Amino acid sequence: MTDIGLAHYLVVSAIVFTLGVAGIVLNRKNIIIILMSVELILLSVNLNLVAFSTALGDLTGQVFALFVLTVAAAEAAIGLAILVAYFRNRGTIAVEDINSLKG
Amino acid sequence: MIAAVVFLPLLGFLIAGLFGRLIGARASELVTTGLLFVAAALSWKIFLDVGFGHEEAHASVLGNWFTSGTLNVDWSLRVDTLTAVMLVVVNTVSSLVHLYSMGYMHEDPDRPRFFAYLSLFTFAMLMLVTADNLVQMFFGWEGVGLASYLLIGFWYQKPSANAAAIKAFVVNRVGDFGFALGIFLIYQLTNSVSFDAVFAAVPGLQGKTAHVFGLNVDALTLAALLLFMGAMGKSAQFLLHTWLPDAMEGPTPVSALIHAATMVTAGVFMVARLSPIFEAAPDALTFVTIIGATTAFFAATIGLVQNDIKRVIAYSTCSQLGYMFVAEGVGAYSLGIFHLFTHAFFKALLFLGAGSVIHAMHHEQDMRRMGGLRKNIPFTFAMMLIGTLALTGVGIPYTPIGFAGYFSKDAIIEAAFAAGRHHPAALYGFISTVVAAGLTSFYSWRLVFMTFFGSPAAKEHHDHDHAHGHDDHHGHDHDHTPHESPLVMLVPLALLALGAVVAGFIFEPDFAGHAFDEFWKGSLFVGEENHILHEMHDIPAWASLSPTILMIGGFLVSLYIYVLRPGVAPKLAAAFPGLYQFLLNKWYFDELYDKIFVKPAFALGRLLWKGGDGRIIDGIGPDGVAARVVDGARLAVRAQTGYLYHYAFAMLIGVAAVVSWLGAWSIR
Amino acid sequence: MDALFFYMFSAVLIASAFGVIAARNPVSSVLWLILAFCNGAGLFLLQGAEFLAMMLVVVYVGAVAVLFLFVVMMLDVDFAELRQGFQKYLPAGAAVGVVVLLELGFVALHWQSAPGAREAVASPVLADVTNTAALGRVLYTKYVIFFQAAGLVLLTAMIGAISLTLHHRPNVKRQNISEQNARTAKSVVELKKVRSRVGVEG
Repeated sequence: MTDIGLAHYLVVSAIVFTLGVAGIVLNRKNIIIILMSVELILLSVNLNLVAFSTALGDLTGQVFALFVLTVAAAEAAIGLAILVAYFRNRGTIAVEDINSLKG
Repeated sequence: MIAAVVFLPLLGFLIAGLFGRLIGARASELVTTGLLFVAAALSWKIFLDVGFGHEEAHASVLGNWFTSGTLNVDWSLRVDTLTAVMLVVVNTVSSLVHLYSMGYMHEDPDRPRFFAYLSLFTFAMLMLVTADNLVQMFFGWEGVGLASYLLIGFWYQKPSANAAAIKAFVVNRVGDFGFALGIFLIYQLTNSVSFDAVFAAVPGLQGKTAHVFGLNVDALTLAALLLFMGAMGKSAQFLLHTWLPDAMEGPTPVSALIHAATMVTAGVFMVARLSPIFEAAPDALTFVTIIGATTAFFAATIGLVQNDIKRVIAYSTCSQLGYMFVAEGVGAYSLGIFHLFTHAFFKALLFLGAGSVIHAMHHEQDMRRMGGLRKNIPFTFAMMLIGTLALTGVGIPYTPIGFAGYFSKDAIIEAAFAAGRHHPAALYGFISTVVAAGLTSFYSWRLVFMTFFGSPAAKEHHDHDHAHGHDDHHGHDHDHTPHESPLVMLVPLALLALGAVVAGFIFEPDFAGHAFDEFWKGSLFVGEENHILHEMHDIPAWASLSPTILMIGGFLVSLYIYVLRPGVAPKLAAAFPGLYQFLLNKWYFDELYDKIFVKPAFALGRLLWKGGDGRIIDGIGPDGVAARVVDGARLAVRAQTGYLYHYAFAMLIGVAAVVSWLGAWSIR
Repeated sequence: MDALFFYMFSAVLIASAFGVIAARNPVSSVLWLILAFCNGAGLFLLQGAEFLAMMLVVVYVGAVAVLFLFVVMMLDVDFAELRQGFQKYLPAGAAVGVVVLLELGFVALHWQSAPGAREAVASPVLADVTNTAALGRVLYTKYVIFFQAAGLVLLTAMIGAISLTLHHRPNVKRQNISEQNARTAKSVVELKKVRSRVGVEG
């Protein structure tokens, strides 16, 4: 237990990942929660990558995590921009109101 | 030349059928009638050449129809005496009917169609009689069936005409089914359908058995019976006769041509043509005799009480066809053909005469509304008289003086008696034909007396035009007096009357007498033990006089009831109500068939249509699939909530499922 | 010692993640997110990826989370009516979540690294340089194209974000620089001879 190995980090990453996914799926409030859950998921992925990078002694994992970080930032920006535009048009960001795709 | 005879009517059909509207009704009539007269003249020439001249029987091959494995069917026209006789019958009657129709159908707007159908029929009949193989004969057989359907249902706006046409076709179909099976069996036995090949193979097939439904039956007998089934349908014999009276829905010239002289005689012709097969199957011949005899008697009984002038003549035809089959059944094929020959003349005469009467009475057909017409239409009266004399077989025994029917009918009765010494079936044939002769005389004279004698009941006739669906021209609206038909209708009557008078006496030696062999030249096969034509002269006097005696008896009874003591007839009918109704309703055959076949067939059809086709096939197929697709879509639509988180949830479930599956797979 | 920090960081991280999704107020959610990021950075530090840890703090917390906050403040979100549907889907969602978690755990605890993994290391960690320098050495040489591509991604994101959200208010005066620069003296200045006692209007 006290010897922290790769598995520990992976478990933590898994838990955070699950929480992020739960946040997307169980979310009833507004879209911003979804976006934040996505950030959580990306965080867990980064954790995973860095854990393996340390375990294998390979820098590729960290480089990859860096790129993930970059893309996450870009995606957060765009996502929020869309959200703002949507809000300007609809006046609401409650998740239940976004059902124009209803078939 | 034979090709010209066969194909000129086809040409007439094509011209009138395709261009009738273009060239107009008059031109259609003239073209078709003219072509038919040419064909008739050529047929007489062929008849004289082949029958009396030195022309040998031959077949002219026109080309190959189809070849499939060992089955090789050609289009080829056979010319021998039997064919020549039929050619004369068909073409003469057809050409005269064409001519007659020019007058009878004068007011009908669909004349080109009518004449086209008449010529089509003639072509099909000619193909039938000139066929050199069974398949070509079947082609002609079906063709005349088709033409009969088209012509019976000519006034197609009338529902009763449509029903009658369908009935004719369907009942014929039952017979044709047997015919087709017979052809298949013959092919299986002899590996050919060409007459020459089949006839050559027959002697070798005697005694061969066929295994059918677990029974072993004699193959040739089975084939002959199946083929005869076709004849039963086409010639309206007992059990498959129901269509003939209803066929009177068609115009009268049609009845004269098809249902008196030609189409219905196709069965008789077929048995004669296939005489080698029948001669080798004596059991089948017995069956033929029994059926023919039964028909002769049964149809005559019904004709006794009918009130429609055409129906009486129709049942008379049915009965006379029975005579022809009796003749063939006892082995006297040439007598059957002889009766066919003479019958064509006098029966066509009677029908066309009846048409003249109907025309004069402005399409009234019920004899109870006629009477005393001999003053108004004397020529028609004379013609009908000649026809009746010929039909009933008036002649002086032991002399060659007599009307046509006398020679042919009495010959049949004598032959039946002669054969009755050896076969009980033939004795039954003799009894029923003799009795039927008396009945024939009775109803024929009844027809004449009711129509031409007595007091005119034709004073008021207002609305019976509607009964016949045929729009009258209105020149006669104010003139209710019956008047004679135009010349174009009377000339055919006269020519047919000539035939009815002399045909018997002129051609008796060739058909039945000593000139038999030179005339037929082997086109009718006669088996070795078949000496019927000689035996029929060795019968006791009472037997040969019996038809004449009964004929006179029928005449006297009819005279009494209808001329001397009018009013007896309804009293007689009231005295035997059951029997009267039984005969009037045609022995309740229509009702019986309706119950046994028609209603179950309709019920089955309805079941298969609504239940089978509608519910099951459509239900499982298109409609069902469509409905299930809609159901499926409705279910699928419920997944399209429009909420992103639902979609994300679905994705999550999908991911979980895939990973679980992969995990489980890798554990295994 | 290591273990203690690890458990501390992990616990707070997990708690913060839960807080993100469970908080009632969106502003609270953002603050929990920031806490989660910080703890994640701590975990990175524990593993020796200090550059990445700092990046996490600077970029994620400093930029992305602040952006979230701005947007949350800007959008006037009515959070009163929010809680209802949560309970309805909780069982199903929880079940699926548990399944996913179990699978991840299963993989995590039973994986085996490939036999040649240690030897197939693409960019081995060098012992004598700092993590940042090591990353730099790899990033600018082997992965330079990806680096440039990442820059392009950021550029695209920036353009996208601006074009999505920029809107000119109609009645606000703005400067049009190119117009200003293109103005010549001739078009705006007019030299008039003014006579005394008459004024410009003459």
